[in-house]
Amino acid sequence: MKTYYYDHSASTPMLPMVIQTMSELMKLHYANPAALHKSGAEAMKLIDRARASISDRMGSEPGEVVFTSGGTESNNLAIKGSVNKVARSSKHIITSAIEHASVFESFRQLETFGIHTTILPVDRQGKIRPEDVANAIRKDTVLVSIMQVNNETGVVQPIREIGQLLGEFPHVRFHVDGVQAVGKVPFSWKEWGVDLYSGSAHKFGGPKGLGFLLVKSGNELSPLLSGGDQEQGTRSGTHNVPGIVAMSQALRLAVESQEARRERMYAIRRRLLHIVGDIPELLFNGVHSDEADGETGAAPHIVNFSYPGMRPEVIIHMLEKHGILVSSQSACSSKSLQPSRVLLAMGQDADRASGSIRISFGDEHTMEDIEILGDRLKRVVAELKPLERNSK
Amino acid sequence: MKYDLVLVRFGEITIKGRNRNRFEAMLLTRIKSALKAMPKLEYVRGYARVYIHLNGESYEQVSDRLKDIFGIQTYSPVISSKHDLEAIRETSLQMMRSLKTEPKTFKVSVKRGWKQYPHDSIEMNHLVGAHVLRNTPDLKVDVRAPDVELKIDIQHESAYIYCEVEKAAGGFPLGMNGKGMLLLSGGIDSPVAGWMAMRKGLKIEAVHFHSYPFTSEQAKEKVITLAKRLAYYSGKIKLHLVPFTELQTKLAQSGHDSLIITLMRRSMLKITERLAEENGALAIVTGDSLGQVASQTLGSMNVIGRSSSLPLLRPLVMMDKQDIIDCAERIGTFQTSILPFEDCCTLFVPKSPATQPNLTLVERIEAHMGEELERLIDEAVQGTEVLVLREDGVEAPAGESKEEDAWF
Repeated sequence: MKTYYYDHSASTPMLPMVIQTMSELMKLHYANPAALHKSGAEAMKLIDRARASISDRMGSEPGEVVFTSGGTESNNLAIKGSVNKVARSSKHIITSAIEHASVFESFRQLETFGIHTTILPVDRQGKIRPEDVANAIRKDTVLVSIMQVNNETGVVQPIREIGQLLGEFPHVRFHVDGVQAVGKVPFSWKEWGVDLYSGSAHKFGGPKGLGFLLVKSGNELSPLLSGGDQEQGTRSGTHNVPGIVAMSQALRLAVESQEARRERMYAIRRRLLHIVGDIPELLFNGVHSDEADGETGAAPHIVNFSYPGMRPEVIIHMLEKHGILVSSQSACSSKSLQPSRVLLAMGQDADRASGSIRISFGDEHTMEDIEILGDRLKRVVAELKPLERNSK
Repeated sequence: MKYDLVLVRFGEITIKGRNRNRFEAMLLTRIKSALKAMPKLEYVRGYARVYIHLNGESYEQVSDRLKDIFGIQTYSPVISSKHDLEAIRETSLQMMRSLKTEPKTFKVSVKRGWKQYPHDSIEMNHLVGAHVLRNTPDLKVDVRAPDVELKIDIQHESAYIYCEVEKAAGGFPLGMNGKGMLLLSGGIDSPVAGWMAMRKGLKIEAVHFHSYPFTSEQAKEKVITLAKRLAYYSGKIKLHLVPFTELQTKLAQSGHDSLIITLMRRSMLKITERLAEENGALAIVTGDSLGQVASQTLGSMNVIGRSSSLPLLRPLVMMDKQDIIDCAERIGTFQTSILPFEDCCTLFVPKSPATQPNLTLVERIEAHMGEELERLIDEAVQGTEVLVLREDGVEAPAGESKEEDAWF
C-alpha cells in the first residue's frame, strides 16, 4: 500500500539533490573548518558561501546569519541570549500563548530565574492582536517573541504590524520564530522591524540538526554554549559543513519556487478545507483559506481540525492503516495526550482541544492525493462514529 | 511611491571638452554592467545625463547600485505623469508628501521642452506651486534657497516630475584616467586607497605579497575578499599574488634588522614596477599615510620611493586614521580588514625599525646582495599568480569551482 506523508510541519522529506550534495560533501570535506591547513580553509570557504547564499535568500547581510542546530536552539539562543546580554536589574519579556514549546518553555524557565513575563492571549482564530503587544510593553521590557506561522494551525501572525508598533520602542528586541514560515509565506527582514529570526532546515527540505538565527547588527547575544568561539563567539561548536551547505541549497530551492508553488498549495488547502467541512464530525481550527493573503491569513501547508469525543491517536492509527500519516497537535507534544495549549488559548474547550489532528503537506502532493485523503478520512470517521462515546 | 524612471546626472566629466562624449559612453557602459541583473531597464542618453526607465524594476535596487558608481554625481527618482494639468498637480503633491523629511520651504521649476504645451513654464510654476501650497499647511515658498526643488520637465511624450536628489559616489568614470597598480596588504588603509584611486577614474590592478607558510592561507583569502569588494565598485579587478617568502627571508637574514622593512618595501616596489610594465600601468597606488608607521615617515618614504621610477600615488597621505577607518566602513572593507590574519608586512618586524633610514647604506646593502637580489625579484615576478575577480564571483581559473557550484 502506498504511504502518504502528511506531516510536513513536523519534518519535510529531503530533496534528492540536497541529499546528494550532503553526501558528496561528507566524502570530500571532512576537515574542520577552523583548521589552518588548506582542507580547513576550503571547508571554511564553503561555509562562507552558504552563509552568503542564505543571507541572499533571506534578504539579510551575511554577517547577520548565525548557524545553529535547528529551530529549538535558534529560539533558545534568541531569547536567553538576549535576556542574559542585557544588564538590567529588572527584566520583562513578552510572548504569546500559542508559541512553539522551544519559546514557551524558555519563557517558563526564565520565569524561575526571576524574569518577568507576559503571555499574550489570542483571538478565536488564533491570532495575536498587535495592540496587545504594544500595550504590554513596559520600561524594563527586553524582548518580544512572536511566531510568524503557528505550527499547529498554520495561522499567520501580523508580524509586520507588530514590528511597526515596536519601532517606537527601541529598547525592545523583536524575535520572530519563522520555523514554519520560511519558504512558505512572505517575510521582509529589512522592512518589518524584526531583530531576530529563527529558521530550521528540516522544515524546508534540508537536513535535521541544522538551523539559523538571523541577528540584526547591534543585537549582541550572550552565547548558550561556551567553546571555540565559532560564529563570532555567538555559537561555539564545530561547523557541520555538509549540513550547512545542504541547508543553504534547500533554502534556495524553497525560496526560489515559493511564488510559483503558492497558488497550487493554497488550491490544495482550499480543497482540503472543503473536504473537512463536508464531514460534520470534524471541526476546523484556525483561519479559513479564503482569508489568506500571505501576510496575515493562513500558511498554505497546514490544516487543523478536531474530532471532539475521539482521542486523536485513535484517528492517527486508523488513518495510518489506510496509509495516511498525520499528527495530532505538534509532533513533539502529540504523545503527551494533553489538550493542545494552542487550541485552549484559542478558547476551545478541553474536548475539542484534546482531539485535534494536523494535516500538513508539501510539494509532492497532488490534487488526486487530496481526494484520496478525503475519501479515507470519510471512511475512518464513519468507522469511528459508532464508537464515539466509548472512547471518552 | 512607485517611480517610473531614474534621472542620472554625470559629474565632473561634463567639463571635459572634446572627450566628453567618449567618457560618457564609458560611464554608461559601466552603469549598464552594474545593473545587468535587472534586464527590463532601458537607457536613454541625454546631455550629461542618462534616463533609466524602470519598466517595473525596483527603484530601491537600482538606487542601491547607482550610489556606488564612479562618475555619477547625483540621481533622482522620477514619476512620469500625463500632460493634463490636474494629473501633474496631483502627482506633484503626492511626491512632496512622500518625502522622508518634511521640507519647510520649496520652489517649483518647470521646464517646457515641448513648446506646444498650452501653459508656459512661468504659468506652470504658479499653477503647480499654488496647488502644493494650498494642500500642505506648513510649507512656504523660497525661490533662493529652498529645502526642496520640485522639478517638472514637460516633454512631448510625458511630463517628468521629481524632487529628491540622491548623492552618488562622484569622481570620474572608471578607467578614464588610465591604470595603476595598487599595493593591497589586507590592512585597513590599502583598500581605501584603491577605492579613492578608482573614484578618480584610475583602473586598478591589485598586487599582494604573501609569504606562505609565514603568512596563512586565510591571509590570502582575506585579500581576495577585499579585492572582490573593490570589484563591486569596478565590475572586475585583477589581483596579482606575488610569492614573497624567499625574498623576505633572505632580506631578514641580511644582518640589518632595523632596515628590513625599508629593504622589503623597496623590493615590493621593484616587483610592482615590473608588473606595471607588463600590464601597461603608469602608477603605483599605496595606502601610505604620513607618519603612521616607521615605513611611512617622510624619511622612509624618501628612501623607499626612490626604488621605483613610476609615480607613487598616496591618496591617504594627509588623512587622519579615524577618517580612513570611517571611509573603510563606508565602502564595506573595514570588517574584512580587521580580521586577525598576519600579512607579510608584519612579519619579521624588528623591535626598532628605522624611521630615518640611510639611503646610502640601503643602496650599499642591495648592491652587496647584487645578482641574488635581481634573481629573487625575477623569480617573484615569474611566480606571480593572477586572479580575475568579478563583482558577482571569481572568474574560475580551474574547473574546481564548477563542481562546487552544484552544491549551492
